[in-house]
Amino acid sequence: MYQKYDAVIVGGGGAGLMAALHLSPHGDVAVISKLYPIRSHTGAAQGGIGAALGNLEEDHWEWHMFDTVKGSDYLADQDAVEILCREAIETVYDLEHWGLPFSRTPEGRIAQRRFGGHAREFGKAPVQRSCYAADRTGHMILQTLYQQCIKNEVHFYNEFHLLDLLVEGDRVAGVVALCLATGEIHTFHAKAVLFATGGCGRMFRVTSNALALTGDGMAVALRRGIPLEDMEFFQFHPTGIYKLGILLSEAARGEGGVLRNGKSERFMERYASTLKDLASRDVVSRAIYREVQAGRGINGKNYVHLDLTHLGREVLDTKLPDITDFVRTYMGIEPAIELIPIQPTAHYAMGGIPTDIDARVVIDEKNTPLHGFYAAGECACVSVHGANRLGTNSLVDILVFGRRGGRHAAQFMGENDWAPLPPNPQERARALVAGLISSGGRERAAKIRDELQDEMMEKAGVFREAPGLAAAREKLRELRQRYASVRIDDRGHQYNTELLEVIELGGLIELAETLVEGALARQESRGGHAREDFPKRDDAKWLKHTLAYQTANGIELGYKPVTITKFQPMERKY
Amino acid sequence: MFEAMQVHLRIRRYNPEKDRQPWWGEYTVEGEPTDRLLDALNHVKWYQDGTLTYRRSCAHGVCGSDAMVVNGANALACKVLLKNLGKAVTVEPLRGLPVVKDLLVDLEGFFEKYRQAKPYLITHSPTPHKERLQTPEDRERFDDTTKCILCAACTTSCPSFWANQDYVGPAAIVNAARFIFDSRDEGREERLEVLNSVDGVWRCRTIFNCVEACPRGINVTKAIGEVKKALLFRKV
Repeated sequence: MYQKYDAVIVGGGGAGLMAALHLSPHGDVAVISKLYPIRSHTGAAQGGIGAALGNLEEDHWEWHMFDTVKGSDYLADQDAVEILCREAIETVYDLEHWGLPFSRTPEGRIAQRRFGGHAREFGKAPVQRSCYAADRTGHMILQTLYQQCIKNEVHFYNEFHLLDLLVEGDRVAGVVALCLATGEIHTFHAKAVLFATGGCGRMFRVTSNALALTGDGMAVALRRGIPLEDMEFFQFHPTGIYKLGILLSEAARGEGGVLRNGKSERFMERYASTLKDLASRDVVSRAIYREVQAGRGINGKNYVHLDLTHLGREVLDTKLPDITDFVRTYMGIEPAIELIPIQPTAHYAMGGIPTDIDARVVIDEKNTPLHGFYAAGECACVSVHGANRLGTNSLVDILVFGRRGGRHAAQFMGENDWAPLPPNPQERARALVAGLISSGGRERAAKIRDELQDEMMEKAGVFREAPGLAAAREKLRELRQRYASVRIDDRGHQYNTELLEVIELGGLIELAETLVEGALARQESRGGHAREDFPKRDDAKWLKHTLAYQTANGIELGYKPVTITKFQPMERKY
Repeated sequence: MFEAMQVHLRIRRYNPEKDRQPWWGEYTVEGEPTDRLLDALNHVKWYQDGTLTYRRSCAHGVCGSDAMVVNGANALACKVLLKNLGKAVTVEPLRGLPVVKDLLVDLEGFFEKYRQAKPYLITHSPTPHKERLQTPEDRERFDDTTKCILCAACTTSCPSFWANQDYVGPAAIVNAARFIFDSRDEGREERLEVLNSVDGVWRCRTIFNCVEACPRGINVTKAIGEVKKALLFRKV
């Protein structure tokens, strides 16, 4: 099958839909999504979107920018962060104008609350910056954007899975995707392609990420010779429900919740004397691990408690209703009177497909663009999050850079013709699918995935060190070999979701390789990358972005400088 | 935390490429009582029979992918725990929508009805530079309906929908109500017109199945009742 569009967006979450809204008025645009867009993981975001509206107290985008740069452990590119924090404000108003039902202040303005790492006057005290709609802000953003797409008659290809990116010289020519309903492979010929395919948290055992978050766009780009940036930086959110990993929003601590260890101590006071439980996520997750290591987990086990009992039912029911429901449903616990067992959960890839401030993909140390190719949201790395993302900033990122990417791509498709398709555009995609279906092997994909997730959780999680990472490298080599003889029971064409899961797994293994290689090379601790054997940040050697390339000889690493404008690196304390 | 338990699953199977008739697949899985039904389905798919087909994504009740009929009632597979289901669990696809494969149904018609109800803010007045103001009370007025995740559990539990599949169904009405009662919206009349049609809100017979089926706890029948009232008295 062959389709021709001015632009194709892959991914129907917040970034993809935002881009679609800015692109579709200017030409023929299609959104390809492996899920119905309304199922995308943007909908799981809870606590809010950071923007210095100043509705409840004084606030400025410069303060937001400082917090973001500091939160990133100075690895974020500050030109991009400045855009993020400035444009956050108008994108929040855009959402309100499109009907997003924000919670309101008594005066009727958009309500705002505290969140981890967000402070007034360059780190002095917490500030109310997170604009929220109860604790289902992401749900409301996804709904609002999808509603606007319906209003604007955006063309969707629901349940189409990305298989390949078509590149001709220094231009993209389109994408190849699998229609899940029929099993047919489609070529989408396009002047511009925007990836908004989300994260890859499913490489870890305990994760807040949806089952669908398998890094498909990142993996497809990597295989086409595009490097991935800063993949070693992966965020563990401090408060996942014990064992399940389901996210309990930082808003719980923003509203006054505290963490307690096995001795009932509010231990964050010892790790972050100013912001305490609202220190940034990497800091809090490490503190939990340290408490557990010191034998101060609950009953000596590997979890601690989130204490919301003092907030009262009114706050829980009105400001945190969804997470209250999760705790009741999955733990059988009543958060108004009982403590909640939590552990850090793999949450967010700071790294991804490298882009510039217009979401254009850049493919080397010199930031050479691949014309017509864009990426936005978690699959991309601008980099606005550096080594550690602040809470609420993922929603800001998808909106601001989804919009910028959409606008730039609109201009690009107006000024350019289609690049010619390669002679046999579906060749790679067909070979990939045929190879898996006919492998004739006996390996269970689920077994390989289980081992991948355990290995990554244990050796490339919150704390890392050289021997563990080296062992993980070997393990990944083994898993990749076994993957070549994976078995597929389902030989059908219609909704072959087993084939889909196997394709996803292949990408996850390759992305794990980029993470482990980047982590092994980076001999320092910064943000979400904490090395037991190199506990200090080392700006002299490592204030630079990693670029991981997939080559015939395995992963090769390059580096590029960090853009620093307003804020020189300082020691990071909360 | 808990002892492992054995669960016997009876799953309605149908593969259009192989089967002339649907059939029952029987599977036994080990799980913890606090496991989700989705975990058990995944276990079957991953370790026993890779052909078992269903939709799923977030696995904690917010994406709306895995609505199905569980022991006779609509539920999200990721929001029911094994301990609450007993040792024998029957799982079937949603009723009233065409079955495509196993537990996966054709949702195109469902989404078409959702779109008919104009589920987006309609305004004619100029937009202010900053946010529109809305009092907390006005915001509260439609809060319940904002929770909808379009899982289709309500619509496919509705006997009026089973009897007449042209009926827009509770999910579409909930999403219309979401805007009808939003003080910022100016498209009330056009939306009410859609719902006033022969296949609109009047097909609701207040059976309340939708309220029980909703995994988000939305009082669906109440929302439908409010739309009926708005139509009768033309004010909200």
